[in-house]
Amino acid sequence: MQVATRNGLTGIVAECGGNAMCATCHVYVDENWIGRLTAMSADEDALLDGAAAERLSNSRLSCQIKLADDLDGLVLRLPEKQI
Amino acid sequence: MTTLGATGNVNAPSKADASGATSAIPEVDVDPFSNEFFENPHPSHEVLREAGPVVRFDKWNVYGVARYAEVHTVLNDPATFCSSRGVGLSDFAKEQPWRPPSLILEADPPAHTRTRAVLNRVLSPAIMKQLRDRFSAAAAKKADELVSKGSFDAIADLAEGFPLSVFPDAMGLKQEGREHLMPYAGLVFNAFGPPNKLRQDALERSAPHQAYIAEQCQRENLAPGGFGACIHAQADTGEITAAEAPMLVRSLLSAGLDTTVNGLGAAIYCLARFPEQWARLRKEPSLARNAFEEAIRFESPVQTFFRTTTRQVDISGFRIGEGEKVLMFLGSANRDPRRWENPDTYDIKRPTSGHVGFGSGIHMCVGQLLARLEGEVMLSALARKVGAIEITGQVKRRYNNTLRGLDSLPITITPA
Repeated sequence: MQVATRNGLTGIVAECGGNAMCATCHVYVDENWIGRLTAMSADEDALLDGAAAERLSNSRLSCQIKLADDLDGLVLRLPEKQI
Repeated sequence: MTTLGATGNVNAPSKADASGATSAIPEVDVDPFSNEFFENPHPSHEVLREAGPVVRFDKWNVYGVARYAEVHTVLNDPATFCSSRGVGLSDFAKEQPWRPPSLILEADPPAHTRTRAVLNRVLSPAIMKQLRDRFSAAAAKKADELVSKGSFDAIADLAEGFPLSVFPDAMGLKQEGREHLMPYAGLVFNAFGPPNKLRQDALERSAPHQAYIAEQCQRENLAPGGFGACIHAQADTGEITAAEAPMLVRSLLSAGLDTTVNGLGAAIYCLARFPEQWARLRKEPSLARNAFEEAIRFESPVQTFFRTTTRQVDISGFRIGEGEKVLMFLGSANRDPRRWENPDTYDIKRPTSGHVGFGSGIHMCVGQLLARLEGEVMLSALARKVGAIEITGQVKRRYNNTLRGLDSLPITITPA
């Protein structure tokens, strides 16, 4: 999320600044990558139910994706809305 | 010791501490809880930021952080900077709190984690979706009413009027006694401050407001489907005890109204003072939500909160002992030029993510989505229905130890 917002990507809003409290940093993770992310917490799971765009099986909150070398090349798709 | 007066003069005989390990923390003789400070805090905020990463307020015997980086750091280290000793000046380890401590605001993990989970459910994005249509309709109605009126006080009739038309009903409160809600909230937020006149006066008048609030927190006084009933329902599942539920209702009644009133007031005041931003908003009403968020950054209705150190700690190379109160200037952090470009400009397209107007970390405002919903729908309705906004009378500030906002904002609006 931080990388996206710092680089002016408006498709990620991140109203709560990465505190996992708003569900406006919603992304769809490419099927080749979804299994390689750390599992989501109960809080993230609950928040995704409130996301503005449709929740899919590959929905995640981008503020909960911690980037590391093994995620280099990560492919994410943006939902049509965050609010 | 380096001393800064209100004029910003610096006296700097240097002093090493006993271990010689860190520089001396500059002392400032500014009173951040004085009416003069409230009237115009921004030059003083700059003095504090420029003095150093950490300052000391002799008058109240507390440390302060006014730059974005340090405020963000303190907010995000709850183990070191705790809330269970109170988030006002008063240290609950040293004196009796004015009311039983909040189970969420004035709590640390693990107790906080459990109560936070309850309020997260009550104020979740999913719940907000259910409220949106109802709140939008109320906002449209209010906007129409105000356009018909033409001239009115934007504080009483809009900043207070709109939240009062949606929040108490959403809580499930009965009609009688609602006049106690704003005075109670004013008291709560004054009580975070030092033992000055604002705080003393508020406490002296507090009994009837406290009595009303205590009554409304009881399960039988909260209508089905509202936030209050929802909290009590979670006691049924054992998440919280029946005794804890009223306290969590109290939290929403304390923090869910005066804050949004000052947030909406801030937004109207900003739009009235920055006509190009109002023009932009009218052209693109979808900017309403960010216009509200930017007003929160720009005015920071909640100006300050305290934390208490649980151990000796170094903040940016400055050492603070255990059991010390640290005053965080959220409003100053939100205008720190180290973090924000043109911080003193109200820009409704600014990327606001990361501002600390709602705090940050585990205690970040649990009601932030409700606040944003209220702000968005009201500003959106105004953007669609109002032509011009003009300030037409004397603007008066409302003084509170924690909240920043106006008491009176006479405006005249024309139809779109």
